[in-house]
Amino acid sequence: MSTAPRLTALDALHRSLGATMTDFAGWDMPLRYGSERDEHNAVRTKAGLFDLSHMGEITVTGPEAVKALDYALVGNISTVGVGRARYTHICQEDGGIVDDLIVYRLGETEYMVVANASNAQVVLDALTERAAAFDAVVRDDRDAYALIAVQGPESPGILASLTDADLDGLKYYAGLPGTVAGVPALIARTGYTGEDGFELFVSPEHAVELWQALTKAGEGVGLVPAGLSCRDTLRLEAGMPLYGHELTTSLTPFDAGLGRVVKFEKEGDFVGRAALEAAAERAATNPPRKLVGLIAEGRRVPRAGFPVVADGQVIGEVTSGAPSPTLGKPIAMAYVDAAHAAPGTSGIGVDIRGTHEPYEVVALPFYKRQK
Amino acid sequence: MSNPQQLRYSKEHEWLSTAEDGVATVGITEFAANALGDVVYAQLPEVGDTVTAGETCGELESTKSVSDLYSPVTGEVVAANQDVVDDPALVNTAPFEGGWLFKVRITAEQDDLLSAEEYAQLTAGK
Repeated sequence: MSTAPRLTALDALHRSLGATMTDFAGWDMPLRYGSERDEHNAVRTKAGLFDLSHMGEITVTGPEAVKALDYALVGNISTVGVGRARYTHICQEDGGIVDDLIVYRLGETEYMVVANASNAQVVLDALTERAAAFDAVVRDDRDAYALIAVQGPESPGILASLTDADLDGLKYYAGLPGTVAGVPALIARTGYTGEDGFELFVSPEHAVELWQALTKAGEGVGLVPAGLSCRDTLRLEAGMPLYGHELTTSLTPFDAGLGRVVKFEKEGDFVGRAALEAAAERAATNPPRKLVGLIAEGRRVPRAGFPVVADGQVIGEVTSGAPSPTLGKPIAMAYVDAAHAAPGTSGIGVDIRGTHEPYEVVALPFYKRQK
Repeated sequence: MSNPQQLRYSKEHEWLSTAEDGVATVGITEFAANALGDVVYAQLPEVGDTVTAGETCGELESTKSVSDLYSPVTGEVVAANQDVVDDPALVNTAPFEGGWLFKVRITAEQDDLLSAEEYAQLTAGK
């Protein structure tokens, strides 16, 4: 089996832009084009252009597509209208999180599930198995789409100059088929940055053309190409979980503070229901640890896996950490013992290579955009 | 990227200037700065500290990672660049100039320092 990295349709373009590339889940992806802090700030204040073609698209169609998804996932997919999207999780029978997903309802009986690149195969296999008893077809569409995101306050204007689609009518977590720069695209108002923005699913053969049109349209308003490095700091500031960090198979959605995505009220059984009912009970009465935000008083940066300490005792673990360009301080998400999880809790430290650096517990997110 | 001819280089990607009155300047290379990404925090040795060739004497934190800083020489630190402490991005924007890190009164240097050409070969294709 070849271990050569997979290349997106925009690979040559990234290299011509001087991108520093990185391996991400088997894909060669742009980490940054220049300064990741400048890219981060551009997305917060103007706009950034991302290649997210590594994300895993899986299409589920058929008369019982919605029943299959309601059984396979923890969300209530039958309440998603055509043209709308839903953030949800797929869990194991024991309640452990397999992945977090966005499900787009493209038609009456057509849904697109977008999985993380690192989990795409696992999710595809699970959906295929779980849909087997239903009149539904699960299709691997990973190679059918390139995904380009334009994110930031200038993104609606940039996109509006290239499409006749009704962007004003396109709400957050909605998606509609349209044409952008002459290219057929699924236009979704979703993202992973904490800013307004769009994700454009297009055929890979149209990716370069679309990227170039967006670049040109954004020229005058500060649009820059943006890599995965700033995507990570943007989502961290926005308090958005990342699979493999805040979400793992050893945690249920309730452990991750995302119990709201589990819809017990939906009809019929779903994979993980019994275990998740127990997890909900445990989280309500006796939560082991809680996901919190940490802000540094100093300048040393916490990283995933670093212990969180109080009075010399380990009381938690950092799941994601980075210097926050917006706050100008190091920040982290961490699971900490419930007794230390209240916002404002001080006396907390992160063990950074043997030294306990002082941190304060804060509520998530670190950053919320002004609407 | 070009590595100044008059400097010598360590395999850990530090550069060392030619000593004047026994004092040489140490920094990290443009290659290293590019590999790190935006440097956000520099912990430098302090004036009066003794540094040892080939051993760690500080750290540089970037968005994605932390890297140990190695001294290419043995000696006493006579200056640390406060500008870099205040604005670590200088390491990225001017690694061979305003982004220098510290100055050492040299008693011994690492015996395997590289010329600009040798260092360019070391980093070629990376």
